[in-house]
Amino acid sequence: MPDMPHGSARFDAAVVGAGIVGCAIARRLTLLGARVAVLEKAPDILDGASKANSAILHTGFDAPVGSLEAACIREGHREYLEIRERLNLPLDRAGALVLAWTEAEEARLPELIAQSRQNGVADVEMFGRKELLDLEPALAPHVRAGFRVPRESLIDPWSAPHAYLLQALGNGATLLRDCTVTGGGFDGAEWRLETSRGPLRAGLVVNAAGLHGDRVDEMLLGTCDFRIRPRKGQFVVFDKTAARLACHILLPVPGEKTKGIVVCRTVWGNLLVGPTAEEQKDRETAALVPATLAMLRAKGAEILPALAGEEITALYAGLRPATERKEYRIRAHEGRRMITVGGIRSTGMSAALGIAVHVARLAEGLGLAPAPLVDPAWPRIENLSDGAERDWQRPGNGGILCHCELVTRREVAAALQGPLAPQTLAGLKRRTRVTMGRCQGFYCSAGLAECTKGRLAHPMVGEGDG
Amino acid sequence: MADLPESCDVLIVGGGPAGLAAAARLKRLGVGAVHLLERESETGGIPRHCAHSPYGLREFGRLMSGPAFARRLTAATVAAGAYLHRQATVTALHPGGRVSLTTPEGVAEVTARAVLLATGVRETPRAPRLVGGTRPGGVLNTGALQGLVHLDGLKPFDRPLIVGTEPVAFSALLTCRQAGMRPVAMVEPAARITARAPFRAVPLALGVPVWLGTALVAIHGTERVEAVTLAAGGTCREVSVDGVVFTGGFRPENALLRASHLAVDPGTRGPQVDQYGRCSDPAYFAAGNLLRAVETAGWCWAEGRAVGRAIVAHLAGRLPPREAAQAVTVEGAGLAWVLPQRIAPPGGPPAALPRLQVRAAKVFDGDLLLGGRRHRLVARPERRMTFDLPGFGETAIRLQPR
Repeated sequence: MPDMPHGSARFDAAVVGAGIVGCAIARRLTLLGARVAVLEKAPDILDGASKANSAILHTGFDAPVGSLEAACIREGHREYLEIRERLNLPLDRAGALVLAWTEAEEARLPELIAQSRQNGVADVEMFGRKELLDLEPALAPHVRAGFRVPRESLIDPWSAPHAYLLQALGNGATLLRDCTVTGGGFDGAEWRLETSRGPLRAGLVVNAAGLHGDRVDEMLLGTCDFRIRPRKGQFVVFDKTAARLACHILLPVPGEKTKGIVVCRTVWGNLLVGPTAEEQKDRETAALVPATLAMLRAKGAEILPALAGEEITALYAGLRPATERKEYRIRAHEGRRMITVGGIRSTGMSAALGIAVHVARLAEGLGLAPAPLVDPAWPRIENLSDGAERDWQRPGNGGILCHCELVTRREVAAALQGPLAPQTLAGLKRRTRVTMGRCQGFYCSAGLAECTKGRLAHPMVGEGDG
Repeated sequence: MADLPESCDVLIVGGGPAGLAAAARLKRLGVGAVHLLERESETGGIPRHCAHSPYGLREFGRLMSGPAFARRLTAATVAAGAYLHRQATVTALHPGGRVSLTTPEGVAEVTARAVLLATGVRETPRAPRLVGGTRPGGVLNTGALQGLVHLDGLKPFDRPLIVGTEPVAFSALLTCRQAGMRPVAMVEPAARITARAPFRAVPLALGVPVWLGTALVAIHGTERVEAVTLAAGGTCREVSVDGVVFTGGFRPENALLRASHLAVDPGTRGPQVDQYGRCSDPAYFAAGNLLRAVETAGWCWAEGRAVGRAIVAHLAGRLPPREAAQAVTVEGAGLAWVLPQRIAPPGGPPAALPRLQVRAAKVFDGDLLLGGRRHRLVARPERRMTFDLPGFGETAIRLQPR
């Protein structure tokens, strides 16, 4: 990691928070020629809301019509498809089925289809019970009706932001981890930010602090027009043998507040059920609750009865930075050269690239003069998805370290180098999938400890996920 | 070490006690090319990192530690003329004995006249147990703990909680003490320990309390474990610990198997086999703890030898046809599994699995009717029970609760 630049260091833009939104904004502003610093308070990127989601690249079919969220999802989805091959990012065009299980839900389908068309997602198809069971034979037979959204897709929720930030870093951006913003002021021309790693100056500040977005606004602007209300989501991940049970992403008819509980594959070939939507005060801790996990397992088996016989591989929980209102809270502060990107709840991964384009436009409005890079570098990231060519298939891989996920010693060694080398075991897991499989470290902990000895600022002691 | 060939007589997947014993046996019985694939960098399996338990009495006539036993098994197998390939991970099983694998040199395929699956077991990790709380570092299975302590010389924590009271839990306890850790307690949700009563002496001697009727509800901590919530008798309390060891709950390491064309028995979660350890595809055999969780290393060693002998008969065309085998059927609830699940017709060599192994699903008190004989049965889920193999044509088992 580069050392903290001296107090005189000046950046065109400082992005506070290295979640998926911050990473995408850093990339966009860098590509526009800005000198960008990304400030992350945690030892690794993606340590807040971005570490746990359902990994779906949405089309925005069910977003509020005409909203900024709908526009950002549409643009984000489009750009992901455009850049993914150059960055080597995976895409599983699974398609989604929105399923009605009750008469009341069935009655809402026409309205949802109309909403989808209004959102520019016109390729939806309505199906009856029999057609659904033909498409998804493992589905519980009491399904009533549904519709397919063909372009809903699955991606790797970690490789995408890593690639965005790597491209920013490869084109001149600076990443500062373990770097908490503690204060700052705007002198009419530029910001002077105080951080736990020293002061820095920036022409523009972008607040992408996720679960701490309102606090960063209050600290820097003295006020904030929204309040973060952390919403917890718990997930259950089933073993790879369960992935055969669902071809599509299986969505419920959405509720007033949330998209509801999803059953879908992951790009790594598992099957997940989640998330819940539980409001809480705590912004740091997303605790697993046994009764809720049992409910999720039962809910999964209600939708796919054969899931009852499948083994659970992993559990996780995350917090989404919801606010008192449903919409995104993105705003440029005139005269202060600051942009707040708040309230990016569950669609952040799909919308991140679109949000970045929107923020860049706002930044230009605040005086950022773009001089787009003529021939930017395009780093390629390791594609860890099921079915992609992996390192274990190539000679000289050093042998397998993690047997469940077929992670090689060479992959781990490579991940421990470079501008985005992890400082924590959790970070290494997100980059390589090591110990993320069914044995959860039973076989490989000793080998992993040996490979990472002296390489992680926060060394491993076991299977911690952070 | 020989290069990996494109074809061979017998390919063995897994270099633990069962795989090593089978390889040695096959060579001693005159089989030509026997190749064993081990995905770790050393053969020996789980005994490699069990530094204390008594091993080797039956196999080598003397008491030794797990690592010594693993080395001795390896040496005996090499001496017998089998080829061992380390860091060779099998990635897929195909019909007729064709196997895909990867090594540090990349991918390869081997076709064998017979393949023996001996991939062993692992413990149930945290996730399937649905324990609540956060996910800090310092939560391990016994296998990972012993690997860190004995292979890497690390001390992952100082005051862990040990969850479970199967024999392996006492092994975890001994490992902790050898490495200078002081476990806070062992917890067990049942009213008595799962292992046989004499094991109780281990924590007593070490001054570690055993809290019965106590369940682990949640783990707390951000980077490292800081505390756990335990529930006993309807009340919860928080206890300060800096690690958690989840012990036991063994399950066959069946990932390859489940992704393959081979029939899996829903009870054992291992391959469905006949009394020769032969799978639904007769080019495949299985031995050791992949067949069922869980038996001792010595048991697996003996099973590997016996299935090795059956493979010799298979290569000579002396086994009765697999497709004519009859299913062992269980009428009435109460059994978690039976092994073998198929009985091939008579006329072949002696069975490699000479006894019908049975495990109760829960405490069972009643009679087991098998082949016209009635056996009085007071069964507990964790106890080994064996009976004479049912005869061909007499493969129905009936359970009558008292």
